[in-house]
Amino acid sequence: MTALTRPRARRPRSDSSSADRGIISSTEWRQRRIRWPVRLLHAATLVFLLIVGLGPLLWMVKSSVTPTQDTLRYPMALWPNGIDLGQLATAWSRTHIDRYLWNTVVIAFGSWVCQLVVATTGGYALSVLRPRGSGLLMGLVIATLFVPPIVLLVPLYLTIVDVPLVHARLIDNYWAIWLPAAASAVNVVLVKRFFDNLPREIFEAAKVDGAGPFRLFRSIVLPMSRPIIGVVSVFAVIATWKDYLWPLLVIRNPNLQPLSVRLPTLQPTTDLGVFIAALTISSLIPIALFLVFQRLFLSGQGLSGAIKG
Amino acid sequence: MSTVTDAIPAVDRVAARRGARPRLTRDGLSTLAFLLPLLAVFGLFAWFPILRAVVMSVQETNLVSEPSWVGLDNFAHVLADPQFGIAVANTLWFTFLALIFGFPVPILLAVLMSEVRRGRGWYSALAYLPVVIPPVVSVLLWRFFYDASARGVFNTILGWLGLGPFPWLQAAGTAMPSIVIEATWANAGATVIIYLAALVSVPPELYDAADVDGASIWQKIRSITLPHLRSVIALTLILQLIATAQLFTEPLLFTGGGPNNATLTVLLLIYRYAFTNSLGGDYGMAAALSLMLAAFLALFTAGYYRLTRSWSTSS
Repeated sequence: MTALTRPRARRPRSDSSSADRGIISSTEWRQRRIRWPVRLLHAATLVFLLIVGLGPLLWMVKSSVTPTQDTLRYPMALWPNGIDLGQLATAWSRTHIDRYLWNTVVIAFGSWVCQLVVATTGGYALSVLRPRGSGLLMGLVIATLFVPPIVLLVPLYLTIVDVPLVHARLIDNYWAIWLPAAASAVNVVLVKRFFDNLPREIFEAAKVDGAGPFRLFRSIVLPMSRPIIGVVSVFAVIATWKDYLWPLLVIRNPNLQPLSVRLPTLQPTTDLGVFIAALTISSLIPIALFLVFQRLFLSGQGLSGAIKG
Repeated sequence: MSTVTDAIPAVDRVAARRGARPRLTRDGLSTLAFLLPLLAVFGLFAWFPILRAVVMSVQETNLVSEPSWVGLDNFAHVLADPQFGIAVANTLWFTFLALIFGFPVPILLAVLMSEVRRGRGWYSALAYLPVVIPPVVSVLLWRFFYDASARGVFNTILGWLGLGPFPWLQAAGTAMPSIVIEATWANAGATVIIYLAALVSVPPELYDAADVDGASIWQKIRSITLPHLRSVIALTLILQLIATAQLFTEPLLFTGGGPNNATLTVLLLIYRYAFTNSLGGDYGMAAALSLMLAAFLALFTAGYYRLTRSWSTSS
């Protein structure tokens, strides 16, 4: 929230009235003719956002504890025949949401680790060590940004079926999700740009003190880059959690599939109330992440990730 | 004396630039060690598949028999496929509807929200909430909302107003607009946040000056706020076009492309060519269609990067 008011640095030098002003000036704000309609508009906006943003999710939570017959007959009524918490338990154990949730967690964790390793080591090499040809290499990394992900869909799938050089088949193996996720140009660009702005004097001082490239990376560069690691981490986890098409293609064994892939196939054979309970459970972790890291999401940093679709 | 002390920082700077380069093979080896993860992952899972897509588009390949060179046959087959025209038309229709629904609403919301003085964080959090819900969950949830019977969620609400029941996803005419409404709900929050960030960065001096000149609120919005948003609007427009052209999860899970191919999109067609073909995947045709779509999108992507560049240098 504070991140949104960031450009206060542009505050005018002399005028006292405009510490944090928008379109409406304080003289205008003092007039009733303007103040009340604007307040009304704001209230209407809030109501609209509550209904549209929160409404569907509240319906989901409500229906996950409403007996199926009630939801079918009176979808908009509030608990006509009481609350049934048993549906959540059934979804958790009998429908095996616990296992699929665990699969999703493992996939998200592995892809987070892989993305961080590639982005930090690569960013460090390209920004700090800078071997000959690193400009060209950076260009090749950025070039992949221009290629829409669909172009990769089929050839990447064939690569997973038979990985060149090592000739491994990665179908039904989580590496099939982790490794391609790590080939994220957005991450490398973000981390490299961050490393570029670290003070070089510290690196030089460390070198004078006899620190090698590994020592420099571990003891100086990494501890200084917590902010960017945080950004990359949160978006890595959320993106993996949301992914559907790729895990659908490469993880065929139902026991290994993540929630997003299992949910559509579960629907026809699952009781409605239990199924909605499963949907609710699936949303809990992304919502919790959002609430904890709100400032990261709402400061517009996702803009750079948006291009990846 | 002064010349010597002045010279030291300059020497330092040169040393800093030079010193960053590896001097000996031991350093060269450790540099390689740091580059290795990036080279391996990008090589195998980005650069190689991109080249392979180009090669595959001129091959007939299905994993069973040896690939054979067929020239531009794959492209010709795709262009001759009656589904191709349907998919392109549907994707354009979706893009058009997505602009009508999803373009003005975020701008309006962001302008309204930027004037909120207390609790703006609540507004943005509410607007962004749907964006973090996994798309699969949103789609499956909205399938209940779109239930075509009079007892469906939306039909119940509209029934209170004496409207409906509407068939939503089950009729060719309303299926695509239904998908657009869900997609807008799921994505608009991200756009609102982008606009909001741009709105807060409008220099307050401009509004002060307009006040001195006696401008009304509406005049300020028209001559200061909206022009200031112009570059961001162009950016999000391009991003939206790129995203809508790659619509997949929603039509697959809502309708599977139906009814009667009314929601078959280009990406869904690529998926059909490659993965739901009973005779084994026609990877060549899928690659050919992917490349055609990519070439089309490259125009927009190039525009995006030109804009971001001019945007970041001008502001």
